[in-house]
Amino acid sequence: MYKLLLCWRYLRTRYIALASIISVMLGVATMIVVNAVMEGFTHEMRDRIHGILSDLVFESQSLDGFPDADRRMQEIRKVAGDYIAGMSPTVHIPAMLGYSVGSQYITKQIMLIGVDQTTYSSVSDFGQFLQHPENRKQLDFNLRPSGYDVYDHQATDPDKLQPRSDMQAAGWEYRKRKAKFMQHVEVPKGALEGNPFQPAAPAAVNAPPGEPASAGGGTVFDPGKEQFTGCVLGIGLCAYRTLEGADGFLALPGDDVEISYPTAAKPPKVQSNKFTVVDFYESKMNEYDSNFVFVPITELQRIRGMIDPTTGIANCNAIQIRLKQGVDLNMVRDLLRSKFPPQIFKVSTWQDKEGALIAAVNLETRLLNVLLFLIITVAGFGILAIFFMIVVEKTRDIGILKSLGASGRGILGIFLGYGLSLGIVGATVGLVLGLVFIRYINHIADFVGWVTGQPVFDPSIYYFQKIPTIVHWPTVAWIVAGAMMIAILASILPARRAARLHPVEALRYE
Amino acid sequence: MSERPPMSDLNGPQGLNLADMPLMPRASLRTLRVPLASPVPATDRVPLAPPVLPLHHEYALAEPVAPHTLAHSNFSSTTATRQILAAHFVRKSYRKGAIIIPVLQGVELTINEGEFVSIIGPSGCGKTTLLHLLATLDAPDSGEICFEGNRIDNVPSAGRDILRNRYFGMVFQFYHLLPELTTLENVLAPAMIGESVLGYMRRRAAYRERAREMLELVGLGHRLRHKPRELSGGEMQRTAIARALVARPRVLLADEPTGNLDKHTGEEIMAILRRLNREQNLTIVMVTHDARIAAEADRTVTLVDGRVVAA
Repeated sequence: MYKLLLCWRYLRTRYIALASIISVMLGVATMIVVNAVMEGFTHEMRDRIHGILSDLVFESQSLDGFPDADRRMQEIRKVAGDYIAGMSPTVHIPAMLGYSVGSQYITKQIMLIGVDQTTYSSVSDFGQFLQHPENRKQLDFNLRPSGYDVYDHQATDPDKLQPRSDMQAAGWEYRKRKAKFMQHVEVPKGALEGNPFQPAAPAAVNAPPGEPASAGGGTVFDPGKEQFTGCVLGIGLCAYRTLEGADGFLALPGDDVEISYPTAAKPPKVQSNKFTVVDFYESKMNEYDSNFVFVPITELQRIRGMIDPTTGIANCNAIQIRLKQGVDLNMVRDLLRSKFPPQIFKVSTWQDKEGALIAAVNLETRLLNVLLFLIITVAGFGILAIFFMIVVEKTRDIGILKSLGASGRGILGIFLGYGLSLGIVGATVGLVLGLVFIRYINHIADFVGWVTGQPVFDPSIYYFQKIPTIVHWPTVAWIVAGAMMIAILASILPARRAARLHPVEALRYE
Repeated sequence: MSERPPMSDLNGPQGLNLADMPLMPRASLRTLRVPLASPVPATDRVPLAPPVLPLHHEYALAEPVAPHTLAHSNFSSTTATRQILAAHFVRKSYRKGAIIIPVLQGVELTINEGEFVSIIGPSGCGKTTLLHLLATLDAPDSGEICFEGNRIDNVPSAGRDILRNRYFGMVFQFYHLLPELTTLENVLAPAMIGESVLGYMRRRAAYRERAREMLELVGLGHRLRHKPRELSGGEMQRTAIARALVARPRVLLADEPTGNLDKHTGEEIMAILRRLNREQNLTIVMVTHDARIAAEADRTVTLVDGRVVAA
């Protein structure tokens, strides 16, 4: 009983000891915050990567792929049909994107992805990342008249949302207006007869079959009425951030872009085609947003020459597979790996694909934890030093307690209990501090940014509007328990010293 | 004031049991408040309990009994005035570096139940050391300390803790109160130490009542919630006496209880001690260097150079 009472009294009267646990408190708070932010980032990242990639990717070793996706899909279904929720064939090709902004011609390196617009949304969250509400329901590679999102529909923090005023214009209206300013000069019929530099018919090659490409009369492509094959650009390929922090766009849905890609010939030749931007893809993962361009798979197969001219069977180089809820990815992957020759087919989960990135983040988290726990350990040495001081200061009281019949173990108990209660106080205050910090982390980041004039968290880098945090309670429990453990460990030595004090010498101590 | 828990209690840290130690009857408390001039009639005194049999098997002697103790004539004689505390040929020396300073050089001392003994001697003669040895705070180099005929200087530390907690009350020159605790909590400290948390909480009310009675006994009933630093020297010493008495000890060991007080306050303390001795038949061993104070005791033992000098 006296142990509890004295612990309590010491706790309330020794402010120096409370000062020693401030470091414990800060360590705990920092660890909790860091873990929450890292967990938030990891979760957000995994979520997005998983949304972008399908669960399983069944791909060929060669970019030119394998023929007859339907037959492969049937084979896959035969092997693992019970676990599969959806499949979609795709073609992935490295390519170059080029578009004009004023007199400047901008080129970018891209990953050109041919997708099946009817099935692709069933294997990934592709649809959710588009900017037109109708396209989010069902992707259409035809340009929409208007109605593209001016406000980011994925934004989680509406207060700080800046309108993308450029998007207001996007659509057919914009295309028509632009076409008016860039009217082609009509060449009188027969004027170029015999001219060796006469250009080939410009657009008829890849005007979509449904469009009345030649309806406008002759071979002239009228951009005011027609579009090229639609493509969905990763938003990072043409977005920039204005000084006010809003998004500006170098190209809009309605603009035409040129894509240069390797053909399926041996050796590959470079070939270019014009496409009309019909939407933007914004997954908030910069790596993907500034890399991906989606086009209809049938068109890509056609222009690359991936269709066998005799049979009409097209090649694709990957099949995206989405599994049913709760199915073990690795199990299905291994199942497929065992049934298809690895020399030709590569089967990987989305985690395998991004394994290095996730592992890097995990390693970072682990390293930070080790370093921060070292901080708490250093705080433990602070407690050790202050406890030795307190034991010296309390020598006489220890003598008194012993003269009243307190055992050595009782004295040990007082100081261990004191250490524990300091640990509890430090860890609890640290816990509360950490949780409050997490709760208001974005306000704090804004405030620090305002004070220093340097934004702490630049959303243009991360494409997150705010810092994501997830409090993982088992981790928090470990941190708190660890801090208490350190406090107890640090008090063991001084407590033992106190317990071993000779009562007479302790009583005589001045 | 008769039934004591048997010595076998020393064996383990069992709780202080109020059933074993009945609270002081109201009547006797009231008599204590009457002026000191009217002593309680001798017939009111509870007859002494028969000597508690030494349960030596509980504490097997660590070493064979020294021959001189067997030769000692008074040893284990349970006559009308029963021996309560005895030191037999106690030697104690302190070591300071290579120099050994002999403090006690064969002290022979017996204290009978109900006696008020003062140990007097010049500074450095070993009075306080002797008191510490009697209280089992320290162990003699050789010789024996006996309590109710049982050797106590060699019992395990758990047993000595119980002895100090329940059988001895200690009062020091510098009061030695715990500065973090209030007067009442200081007085309750022995009960809190002797009891487990649960046991203490269960009997808390009784203990508090007992502590309050003790504080009233020393005239501090109105200062229960004060911290020691808010008390005067005399008040602190009275608190210390109340603390020493709260567990109903058999012996009160006082180390210069008036040494740090002015003459008048010292007399007050002495009056309390005398009254306790007379009215509760409390055995008191007091160490002092002041012959005037020592003279108030029933018997004076003079210690010179670590030896008892015949009075």
